[in-house]
Amino acid sequence: MTKPAPVRRKLSAGPLSTGDKWFFRSTSIAAYFSFVLVALVLIFLFLKAWPALQEQGFEFVYGTKWVAEEGQPLIMQIGPMIWGSMLIALVGVLIATPMAISLAYMIVFMLGSRLAKVATTLIDLLAALPSVIIGLWGFYVFTPVAINWETTLHQYLGWIPLFKVENVDNAFRGSPFIAGWIVAVMIVPIVTSVTREIFSQLDKDLINGAIALGGSRLSVFRKVILPTSSGGVVGGVLLGLGRALGETVAIFYVLQISFDINWGQLLESHGGGVASWILARFGEASSGEISGLMAAGLVLFVITLIVNFIANTIVNRSQPWRKD
Amino acid sequence: MTSLTTASTLSTEDISVWFGQRQVLSDVNLTFPGNKVTALIGPSGCGKSTFLRTLNRMHELIPGAGLSGSVFLDGEDIYGADFDAVSVRIKIGMVFQKPNPFPTMSIKDNILSGLRLSGRKIGNAEELVETSLRRASIWNEVKDRLNDQAISLSGGQQQRLCIARSLAMDPEVLLMDEPCSALDPGSTRRIEETIKELSSSMTIVIVTHNMQQAQRVSDQTAFFLADDNTPGGVVEFGATEQIFNGPIDQRTNDYVNGHFG
Ligand SMILES: Nc1ncnc2c1ncn2[C@@H]1O[C@H](COP(=O)(O)OP(=O)(O)OP(=O)(O)O)[C@@H](O)[C@H]1O
Ligand SMILES: [Mg+2]
Repeated sequence: MTKPAPVRRKLSAGPLSTGDKWFFRSTSIAAYFSFVLVALVLIFLFLKAWPALQEQGFEFVYGTKWVAEEGQPLIMQIGPMIWGSMLIALVGVLIATPMAISLAYMIVFMLGSRLAKVATTLIDLLAALPSVIIGLWGFYVFTPVAINWETTLHQYLGWIPLFKVENVDNAFRGSPFIAGWIVAVMIVPIVTSVTREIFSQLDKDLINGAIALGGSRLSVFRKVILPTSSGGVVGGVLLGLGRALGETVAIFYVLQISFDINWGQLLESHGGGVASWILARFGEASSGEISGLMAAGLVLFVITLIVNFIANTIVNRSQPWRKD
Repeated sequence: MTSLTTASTLSTEDISVWFGQRQVLSDVNLTFPGNKVTALIGPSGCGKSTFLRTLNRMHELIPGAGLSGSVFLDGEDIYGADFDAVSVRIKIGMVFQKPNPFPTMSIKDNILSGLRLSGRKIGNAEELVETSLRRASIWNEVKDRLNDQAISLSGGQQQRLCIARSLAMDPEVLLMDEPCSALDPGSTRRIEETIKELSSSMTIVIVTHNMQQAQRVSDQTAFFLADDNTPGGVVEFGATEQIFNGPIDQRTNDYVNGHFG
């Protein structure tokens, strides 16, 4: 005789009271609404982009020509701008990461709780600054300063390909270097806040253990704090990268946009990015070209999505030893 | 037979401690002779952990922490000009209540972590790892998996690894703050045996809430107490045998017999 298979109860964490019910309903409506909105945007983008994608084929993504003149057949290939986006984002991330890690370290481990709050608020405020403001600041205030830095870099480190300049008259102003700094300013807050979160969740006993073994501030940071939180920090940096890739207006102000590829001459006065390119062309584009710009937006969206996905995966997988 | 090396004597003179404006310890005078195990007992919140942290200068890491008095290691004030906090902590090791091996490091690297953190040279790594693990009586359990992650060990093994990690620094004194409170009886026994063996080569101070444990491992016992809203202090200090079987102070008698606390 075998026992009959146990009957499973139906369990659901449903709403309990009327107030609860309304709360459930309104939040789920809001949630669905935002999904629908994103979906609608995507569909719109895709429909608009389709003609151009169909016409240009896969070369749209990696090709390097953009011809949109009257009387000539449209050729739209966004390759150089994708590269430009990545180059500038990369420079931005390289600058922002050490800044963000130092800031987070200072906030979590050095400042008293009141100062830490002030610093956190200030950095969050930076995140709330409109892109246009940062762009204008970048153009009027930062660019002149950065040109000095660039001149020095070129003077002393010009032998490194990254800092080489073909023609000094066509360099420094509007360079990917400056755009990278602007991106850095824009992503420092997000990377800082992710890193700060990770640092503050570290087990204090680990740090105390390291200090009790004779660790100094620096050695404890390098050998215990950083390795233990590296996964989360990398995730935060990638989140920043995702944001940097989509950054438009601020870069548009400081960068000399041109379509030819800049492989990595950071100090030369030309570069690009998908988003800035869209902004630059949109005003005078024919309907055919507009479709191409939509397609460019779609490609950028997909790239950003992939980066964000990787970032989230890394953040979630980091610190597998944490049991709670 | 274990050979006896004379270990350092640690003593305190009028140690008082503040957190901000609040004084939590007042005038603690204790002597921890070489090769002896001293147990610190007393109800929760009376300042045992705080006192322990003044002995290796971990106390000063807490914002707003204050201190007066002196701690002498073989007659030299560890808060004096001849010592800096790092060299104090190298000579006076500490084991925490909750096992805290470094999760990103292997068993072996955990043992070597102290030397790396304090920037000291590692002579013969293999040998140091083996002797440290042997002294903490965990060598046989881990010798085939030295490169495994330290967190793959059980809680009791992790705690013995942490003891071994401190031993690798070759400290004169070992401070232990309720090292067994997170462990099962079996692991607790093994750590108690380890403590006894270690006392042949060093001076040990252990905080414990377990009266049997204090009697099993220690040579002398200090009973701490903080009356309501007054700073804590030592009520009675003497041979463990005497504290448990013939305390002079009534409060000590009540505490060791489980009447309060
Ligand atoms: N970081 C701190 N900041 C402020 N007050 C503290 C801090 N750490 C401890 N205290 C206070 O100091 C007193 C002594 O605490 P301590 O942790 O030393 O007690 P304890 O005897 O170790 O207790 P337990 O047996 O529960 O571990 C307590 O009143 C506690 O509230
Ligand atoms: Mg305690």
